[in-house]
Amino acid sequence: MLIRGRTWRFGSDIDTDAIIPARYLNTSDPVELAKHVMEDADPEFPGKVKSGDIIVADKNFGCGSSREHAPIAIKAAGIQAVVAKSFARIFYRNAFNIGLPIFESPEASEKIQEGDEIEIDADSGLIRNLTRNEEYRARPIPPFMQELIKAGGLVEWTRRKIETA
Amino acid sequence: MTITEKILAAHAGRKEVSPGELINARVDLILANDITAPIAIREFGKIGAEKVFDPARVAFVPDHFAPQKDIKAAEQCRMLRLFSRDQGLELYFEVGRMGVEHALLPEQGHVVPGDLVIGADSHTCTYGALGAFSTGVGSTDVAASMATGECWFKVPESMKFIYYGSLGRWVGGKDLILHTIGDIGVDGALYRAMEFEGEVVRALPMAGRLTMCNMAIEAGGKSGIIVPDETTEAYVKGRAKREYTLYSSDPDAEYVDIREYDCTKIEPLVACPHLPSNVRPARELADTAIDQVVIGSCTNGRIEDLREAAEVIGGRKVNPNLRMIVIPATQAVYKQALKEGLIEIFIDADAVVSTPTCGPCLGGHMGILAKGERAVATTNRNFVGRMGHPESEVYLSNPAVAAATAVLGRIGLPDELGL
Repeated sequence: MLIRGRTWRFGSDIDTDAIIPARYLNTSDPVELAKHVMEDADPEFPGKVKSGDIIVADKNFGCGSSREHAPIAIKAAGIQAVVAKSFARIFYRNAFNIGLPIFESPEASEKIQEGDEIEIDADSGLIRNLTRNEEYRARPIPPFMQELIKAGGLVEWTRRKIETA
Repeated sequence: MTITEKILAAHAGRKEVSPGELINARVDLILANDITAPIAIREFGKIGAEKVFDPARVAFVPDHFAPQKDIKAAEQCRMLRLFSRDQGLELYFEVGRMGVEHALLPEQGHVVPGDLVIGADSHTCTYGALGAFSTGVGSTDVAASMATGECWFKVPESMKFIYYGSLGRWVGGKDLILHTIGDIGVDGALYRAMEFEGEVVRALPMAGRLTMCNMAIEAGGKSGIIVPDETTEAYVKGRAKREYTLYSSDPDAEYVDIREYDCTKIEPLVACPHLPSNVRPARELADTAIDQVVIGSCTNGRIEDLREAAEVIGGRKVNPNLRMIVIPATQAVYKQALKEGLIEIFIDADAVVSTPTCGPCLGGHMGILAKGERAVATTNRNFVGRMGHPESEVYLSNPAVAAATAVLGRIGLPDELGL
């Protein structure tokens, strides 16, 4: 699968309160959540982001709360993928579970500038920066996580497992 | 093996596991709250399982926006209520019985040593204080585990933290964990288990241990854990609703990092905006004017915390430029505080005392900050907008510093009140 899009830059330790503030958590409706995505990191972001865009961040993206509303808001806003130097553990897990593609790549995180057009080969983990004509490698996705992605997320994976049991 | 590896191996039906391995393990308890359960319920429906794997092992605690703060929150809480009735969940805690989940479940004996617990709440790591492996997951993880009674895990590497020396006056579990987070950073234990030990931890009461493990997530940790001892057993006896197993780490267990802290040098600390790792001694912040003090939460809302705050308040009044909000974490804590006269001390001081709720800790309700306002809170996070307006600020401290701050109207120490 190829993911191509324009990038938005964020810094280190972007927490889930910044991704989707708790004041909006009286709903889990993805459309409602998407209206406030990244609002406390950049209040103008929900108005600027376009479907198909990609978020690029520094280390520890998604730290803090376990709220799945965070990757849901990102996905529902039309953001295709998140590339970061590293991800907080629960966010990493949640992203795979709900089918939001994420890629760990310190090199891409350092070199990509806001607005760069990038193309990610989700299978090989190769990230091409079309604006700067550079290539970066993402850390390989563990086989079990690939299995989850292929199944279409944890719900589908579990459903099949129960059926075959 | 470490205690973490032993618990994971036992629940995976294996003799041994090693860090980095992916395993499927049986869970003893699954937890969700009024924010995270609605998504779990929805995803559970999609899996196609009709019943949860065991109605005695799924706990729903509506504590975040409960008592229901608005219509949408009420609808979320109703989802938990209806699902719990429909599934015959034995551990659904209605308003009136509910408390802040991570204070409530250990207090009521629903988590025991040796357990493997997952919760759709990041502070699920709290129960490591009982010698259990417990970790925060997402709602979809909870949905899948409710169906199967299992969950997938990557066996974490362990880091050991040794606390030696002795604790100064007004220094407790909160200061130990803030000091640790300040040392290693908010991702210093990313994906890892944090094992706390040493003479100071062995002397620490259960409340302080729960506070330490509670904030393991603030260092990025997958879990925090303390090998159970006499203090653990004394706490668990009379509470445990299930049989328990005491695990310990082998002398030759492997750790990716071992850190030692001389606690004699640790003073009351404050984590400044906007990261829990932004730690400074409270005495250096004495010119910081404060608008609100919150004492409560899964971190510091237990009876020991209220005692500490009440001792500092004594017969004093809350500074007229500041609001003080006290939130006992559970009904049992509230009742005990009433019995001991602590609630009277708070009310006489012009503090407000609330029914149990997570409320202001995550900017939900019961004390939201306006633009530009600053709070000192005994809670666990000080991210941008955490307690209200994106331009408000949260400083994290122990209950004694928070109480002294409430009296002084600025960040301060109990010593300044002659204590």
